[in-house]
Amino acid sequence: MLTTGTIIFGVFALVVIASALGMLLSRNAIYAALFLVLNFATVAVLYLILGAPFIALVQITVYAGSIMVLFLFVIMLLGAEKLPAGEPLGHHRWIALLFGLVFLAELALFLVYRAGMRAAVNTPPLEFGSPAAVGMSLFQKYALPFEITGFILVVATVGAILLTRGEGFKGRKRTLEIQSQDK
Amino acid sequence: MTLTDLMTILPLAVLVAWTTALLLVDLWIPKDRKGITALLAAFGLALTLGLSLARGQQPRQAFGGMVVVDGFAVFLDVIFLASGLASIALAHDYLKRMNIVRGEYYSLLLYAISGMMLMTYAYDLIIVFLALELLSIPLYILSGFVRLNLRSEEAALKYFLLGTFSSGLVLYGIALIFAATARTDLPGILAAVELAPANLTMFLVGGALLLVGFSFKGAIVPFHEWAPDVYQGAPSSVTAFMSVGAKAAGFAALMRVFVVAFPSLSTDLTPVLWGLAAVTMVFGNIVALAQTNLKRLLAYSSIAQSGYLMMAFVPYGQGIVLSDTIAAMLFFLVGYALTTLGAWAVVIAVEKAEGRGLELQDYAGLGRKYPLLGAAMTVFMLSFIGAPPTLGFWGKFYLFRTAVEGGFTSLALLGLVASIFSAYYYLRVVVMMFMRPGEPEARRDPWLVLTAGVSALAVVGFSLVPGSLLNLALQAVLKLL
Repeated sequence: MLTTGTIIFGVFALVVIASALGMLLSRNAIYAALFLVLNFATVAVLYLILGAPFIALVQITVYAGSIMVLFLFVIMLLGAEKLPAGEPLGHHRWIALLFGLVFLAELALFLVYRAGMRAAVNTPPLEFGSPAAVGMSLFQKYALPFEITGFILVVATVGAILLTRGEGFKGRKRTLEIQSQDK
Repeated sequence: MTLTDLMTILPLAVLVAWTTALLLVDLWIPKDRKGITALLAAFGLALTLGLSLARGQQPRQAFGGMVVVDGFAVFLDVIFLASGLASIALAHDYLKRMNIVRGEYYSLLLYAISGMMLMTYAYDLIIVFLALELLSIPLYILSGFVRLNLRSEEAALKYFLLGTFSSGLVLYGIALIFAATARTDLPGILAAVELAPANLTMFLVGGALLLVGFSFKGAIVPFHEWAPDVYQGAPSSVTAFMSVGAKAAGFAALMRVFVVAFPSLSTDLTPVLWGLAAVTMVFGNIVALAQTNLKRLLAYSSIAQSGYLMMAFVPYGQGIVLSDTIAAMLFFLVGYALTTLGAWAVVIAVEKAEGRGLELQDYAGLGRKYPLLGAAMTVFMLSFIGAPPTLGFWGKFYLFRTAVEGGFTSLALLGLVASIFSAYYYLRVVVMMFMRPGEPEARRDPWLVLTAGVSALAVVGFSLVPGSLLNLALQAVLKLL
């Protein structure tokens, strides 16, 4: 039975897979990043279809938004789009292939043996995962973890600045300290 | 969040607020007067210590059962805060000598201590994970504090990569436990396993992943690979703190989580814990025999000490010996902290810039030229071996005794044999100091000497009245929620 919902889902699911493949297969880092944006945005639509507007918006603002901007900055600053097109994996590709096949076999086995054991998932209430519900939970029950996360981020920021922007290190060389006998 | 919640964790809240303020105030302190920052940091720790002791050991929950402050937590907090004070004393002169004075050092140290305190309060797996991160991230940064020194950078990167890997395992374990029981709070998990038909296989895998993740933090063999390189590469003042604080926090979390939430796993896990304890004791001591660099020697020694600590954890599922074994662990931790910090104070006094003064030969003649320093180091080495009259002796005595009470006589014997082997490399340091000629130069910074002296006196002094210290530990355990 083809409902409108299924058709919309099918179209977007195909776009998700196609953009993921496009990201993997494009040699140019910029194109790969743009495919990833498309992928993130389409996944957000899938979340919307599933009735999770909050996760959909987080997906767009965090992944398609800030993380992608970060990616593009890194590509731009490091000049990764000008890297010579070579095989980046080398001999690892055989290991990757092996793992891929194992994963495929696992999926196939799961489909064969567990296909009859599908259980209906209880549909959560309509307000489940709504922004208001998430906010209430985050700032009441999980207020303490929320605050701690803030301090963890402060520490990480301080560390990043400290380890990359140290003053007085210009002109000093990396040294391995001299030792009378090591190893 | 109510005021009562905040009052319950007041020491931690004060410490975190103080640290954040210190981070800002430090910006106005000129570079040649960072001693002020150190002093302010020490004052913050002392204030927190006072508040911790003043609030007593009466168990109290806060934040809807996410955290609990009880005797166990307060006892460990005192260890963490005192170790923090000692490591500020160790760092002040050392940072200047190594030319790595940065005010952020102290703020990061205090954040790490906040993470450790939070770890002892944690009564919910979410808090356990966040505390783990809050204590680990500052330590990753501090390990790489000697900028442009390859060894320090290697230490930071190695610690960071393996640390995040182990955090990932902890998180995966928490996710599986949540999937099996639909709870993250420790009493809730226990209730779910006892009453409802939780998925026990998933639960066991989750518990095992938590064990592996925390074994990384505590440097338990075979998850110890990072420890020697990190301990050697990091600045010595950081290593001293790390080998006490991070280890104690890891064991505190293991103890709390497994005792409260996973008693049902004890039948499955006891052989595994037995094996971990045995392998760690034997491996740590055997590899330490071959070390000539003092930092690496102490690193392997600390791995071996983790093995003894792990022994306290083996009978965690037996209700009768449980309070004895936790008390023995706390007692051992006090001895371990004092001995380790003192030994590192001596190492820092002898260490020169650019990693010189760390070889065993550099200690030749130390005992004759600096009798007090030599005597203190001898006390620490004896305490590490577990020879009387030191705290290390009583620590091992109580640990082995509870192991025997729990029915693990073979493990206690193994520990005894391993300790006898360890005497070889610990005593080699003493022999080098007193019986070989040499002209070592040691730093006579008052804070270093004070730390070494006070630790040595405490190690010997407490060993004369071990019963009262054990009683303190037992009382703390009785107030365990």
